[in-house]
Amino acid sequence: MARPSFRGREGARRWRLLRHAARTRLGPLGVVVMLIAIAVAVFAPVISPYDPLKQDLGNTLARPDRAHLMGTDNVGRDVLSRMVWGTRVSLLAGFGSVALAMVTGGLLGLLAGYAGGRTDGLVMRVMDAVLSFPPLVLALALGAVLGAGLTGVVIALGVVYTPTFARLMRGQVLTITARDYVEAARALGAPGWRVAWHHVLPNAAAPIVIQASLSVAFAILAEASLSFLGLGIQPPGASWGSMINAGRGYLQQAPWIVFWPGAALFVTVVGLNFVGDAVREALDPRLRK
Amino acid sequence: MGRLVLRRLLATIPVLVLVTAGVFALIHLTPGDPIDVMMAESVDATVKANLRRELGLDQPIYVQYAAWTWRLLHGDLGRSIRNGEPVIENVSRRIRPSLQLSALAMAISLVVATPLGILSAARRNTSVDRFGTTFALFGICMPNFLLALLLIFFFGVKLRWLPISGYIDPLEEMVPGLRSLVLPALTLGLALAAVVTRTLRSSMLDALSEDYVRTARAKGLSESSIIRGHVLKNALIPVVTVLGLQLGTLIGGAVITEYVFALPGVGRLVVDAVFARDYPLVQGVVLLIAVGFILSNLAVDVLYGWIDPRIRYR
Repeated sequence: MARPSFRGREGARRWRLLRHAARTRLGPLGVVVMLIAIAVAVFAPVISPYDPLKQDLGNTLARPDRAHLMGTDNVGRDVLSRMVWGTRVSLLAGFGSVALAMVTGGLLGLLAGYAGGRTDGLVMRVMDAVLSFPPLVLALALGAVLGAGLTGVVIALGVVYTPTFARLMRGQVLTITARDYVEAARALGAPGWRVAWHHVLPNAAAPIVIQASLSVAFAILAEASLSFLGLGIQPPGASWGSMINAGRGYLQQAPWIVFWPGAALFVTVVGLNFVGDAVREALDPRLRK
Repeated sequence: MGRLVLRRLLATIPVLVLVTAGVFALIHLTPGDPIDVMMAESVDATVKANLRRELGLDQPIYVQYAAWTWRLLHGDLGRSIRNGEPVIENVSRRIRPSLQLSALAMAISLVVATPLGILSAARRNTSVDRFGTTFALFGICMPNFLLALLLIFFFGVKLRWLPISGYIDPLEEMVPGLRSLVLPALTLGLALAAVVTRTLRSSMLDALSEDYVRTARAKGLSESSIIRGHVLKNALIPVVTVLGLQLGTLIGGAVITEYVFALPGVGRLVVDAVFARDYPLVQGVVLLIAVGFILSNLAVDVLYGWIDPRIRYR
């Protein structure tokens, strides 16, 4: 009888993990929220009923009605359209900064754990130094020097989250390199990069994926905070944080300017948290019931 | 205990050196000429040249770093380009509202989270537990600025119970001062309470499943005396860790909260300095915040040793 191929076993394992994640109580709900948010971001030009930047000074602070389902803001822009376009900014910042941190931190952790000695000491002390700054203060300072805008925010948040991934990856590498199969690969004469790429990296991936899935929600919150302070995407561009900041002066006359982007931000972050928890539960054997 | 403090202090030194290097590098990360970014194009070239000389930007970078570190070691964190005052004076004027806000927020978080965390764990899977876990989830996912605006809307705009912005020093005028801090402290405190509730619940559940709890139950001790005498002390260590880790979040949250409520604190100073492109002030304040953060984490480490003697001898 033919043995199942490695790929076949990998596929079955992934399928099993997916089933575990789907069986968690709130995971599927989180996935639905995430898919809706991604769909809104991708199809923003189609879904958005109006141009998000188009002002209508004759129709400012209009209550939600049939023409403007979520009302208009202080310069007559459609709140729904701006919220839809803001989804794109939030998701780009959230996923972009975490991807940047995952790649940079993962590589630095791999280098530190694999090289050991002085390289390890230097890389990890630099990571400790980055962790010594309160995250938002560091993001604010970096955002200030890199300049306001989406790119600056993605880089600033990427730097803020890098040490978490570097630490995790280093810890994983140290554990995995002590295992027999790594020693066997070395004894067979496999070069260092090959051992790192084929044996260490795939086995170290699970905690990194868990951390990434949990970090996206917080990165979205951080982007909204920076945009709220005025460091994110610049006016008249729309992002949830900047919409809330612009609407806070009209809380009494037009609470909908703050309410809708606030609700979108909150629901997305809750949904991504559910996804993160489900991924953690599926990948961490200790948490599986 | 003294050895633990010394060991932690020594480990802090290289991190402090790297932190100063990072803060120094900030100004050099600016795309283009930092002087052009700090000053409008219309400013006279002589004024720009003077500022360049004053900040030492006309020197090679290693000379700049050495001079900057030397000044730091002499307590000179530089001067704000906006008001010409030393950074230390700018910060010392703003530190009091920030400390009062953080202390009040910490107190609110402990008052809310301690009973909620304990009750959630002790009455697992009941409505109290569901309330506790839902509160924790909402608190963690709710951005500070949104919570601040909701509190302003209900307690300031609709009910008109509390002032929505401004600051009165409670040490000078007790009641109006505390009233001016209630909404900002609630904003910060509830977010922190959410994290503490979640951690306390989970560490209580861990402690409740230990053998010594089973032994205490077998001895016939009541549930409340088991929690008071055995569980709570063991469940406290992760809570102290989280409180230590949350100091950064508290400082970050204070930046937003002070901005929304127009509190003249250090957080607001950072935001104002960033928007005024007052880089020497940004550098000075960020460095002070980072050093404060490192030292408070050091204090938390020492506190572990005091709570849990096993850590002292590791």
